[in-house]
Amino acid sequence: MKARIHKFVQNGTYILLDINSGAVHVIDKMIYDIMDTFTGGNDAEVIAVWENTYKKADLAEALNELHALMDEGELFAPDIDVPPTFKQKGLVKSLCLMIAQDCNLRCKYCFGDGGSYGQERAIMSPETGMKAVDFLIKSSGPRKHLEMDFFGGEPLINMKTVKAVTEYARKREQETGKKFKLTLTTNGLLLNDENIKWLNDNNFSLVLSLDGRKEVHDAMRPDVGGNGSYDRALRNFHKCLDSRKGGEWDYRGVYTYLRGTYTKKNMDFTKDVLSMNDEGFDILSMEPVVLKDSPLGFTEEDLPRIREEYDKLTDAYMQRHREGRGFFFFHFNMDLSNGPCVAKRLSGCGAGHEYFAVAENGDLYPCHQFVGREGYRLGSLDEGVTNTELPAYFRESHVLNKEKCRDCWSRFFCSGGCHANADLFHGDIRKPYEVGCEIQKKRLECAIYVQAMLELEKLEKEDETA
Amino acid sequence: MKHIKTVNKPSMQKTLKTGGCGECQASCQSACKTSCTVGNQVCEK
Repeated sequence: MKARIHKFVQNGTYILLDINSGAVHVIDKMIYDIMDTFTGGNDAEVIAVWENTYKKADLAEALNELHALMDEGELFAPDIDVPPTFKQKGLVKSLCLMIAQDCNLRCKYCFGDGGSYGQERAIMSPETGMKAVDFLIKSSGPRKHLEMDFFGGEPLINMKTVKAVTEYARKREQETGKKFKLTLTTNGLLLNDENIKWLNDNNFSLVLSLDGRKEVHDAMRPDVGGNGSYDRALRNFHKCLDSRKGGEWDYRGVYTYLRGTYTKKNMDFTKDVLSMNDEGFDILSMEPVVLKDSPLGFTEEDLPRIREEYDKLTDAYMQRHREGRGFFFFHFNMDLSNGPCVAKRLSGCGAGHEYFAVAENGDLYPCHQFVGREGYRLGSLDEGVTNTELPAYFRESHVLNKEKCRDCWSRFFCSGGCHANADLFHGDIRKPYEVGCEIQKKRLECAIYVQAMLELEKLEKEDETA
Repeated sequence: MKHIKTVNKPSMQKTLKTGGCGECQASCQSACKTSCTVGNQVCEK
């Protein structure tokens, strides 16, 4: 049966999520308990089961409140099916360009084989990059906002193509009325003054890779010669961030954020998040590594420890917020009232139908993680999409079509997990990677708790000043 | 209410009819990027 509610306790706070409306309720212990029994119309049964634990008058009061929520559509809201707003065919609006399938680092957890993606090391030519711009404009139909992510490997080793593609995209913007949002992901080693200025002048959002503490970063992110890269990356990230202060840099427009990866070697990753914040960075993300059969990767046995660490991170996040020195943590960001529409929640990341990766040679793949994986080549910039079945299959591989997702409480928040991870672990994009699901669910609980607490604290302050 | 504090005014059911414009940001979930799931996003409208 499809889950209709999800309840959990975070740091002593009882929380009830109504899955099909997205309503979040902070509740007391009695409501938390009786939700094991209450199904919407069985008040007598609830009283019979719980009258030895709670007073009858209190139970009656609680049931009245629950019925009031149901009347408002905020409890047991109707099941959601695929809406007509979810079009049968997706429009490609986002491309990841493999600017360089080569890298100046040799990170121990790299899924792209040191940038090469199992192929020969190579960089994308300006001509291929410009063809990608035209491909995106042509494929995006009436969509105005388009995205291109300059990725690798390390894209800054191929600035010639980065510059040529950017210049061309800005020219085509003028001609077509489209709006390109550009992002570049970098390890920072080549982020010199000249590159920083150019990226700023061209309104690039930046994703900067740092793993937190120096010893953690250096152990995981050595350069080609085996030397740690922390000091060089950090120095350049500071310069970059300083150059962006006071401008219109926010996370919804042009953003600059630091992201890290945690592995089995640093399951105390709260320290890494706080280390980045202590260094003066305040837009942060820290991601679990995804590796199969690796001493750095996670298994189900690691989950209790990981959950415990997210509890710690949540407490540290709230503490710094209350002390007036809060930071932005990507996974705790959640707009509970104005989140994405249902069509978006089904589209998910869009890999294979709204989002493609372009390999350095112009081949098209469902996303950057699929580059070089057998059976996932969609076509090329010259031929167009020749494998037309695959985009349709990706589009239809949404949460309501996946056996393990359709009944799960987090189905409208996670959008079914990463297809590439599902393929890596099960050879089937419709069978989600379970450890990833469990980590995701814990992060969602923490995010819902954080947002609920922030809202309640805001209301309390308003009451005090009223 | 004495036992329940609702902290949001959710819009998900409404968007069954009104959503789908597709102008929002892509939400890659892979760890090497933002790992930004749809739950972490806001509507662009």
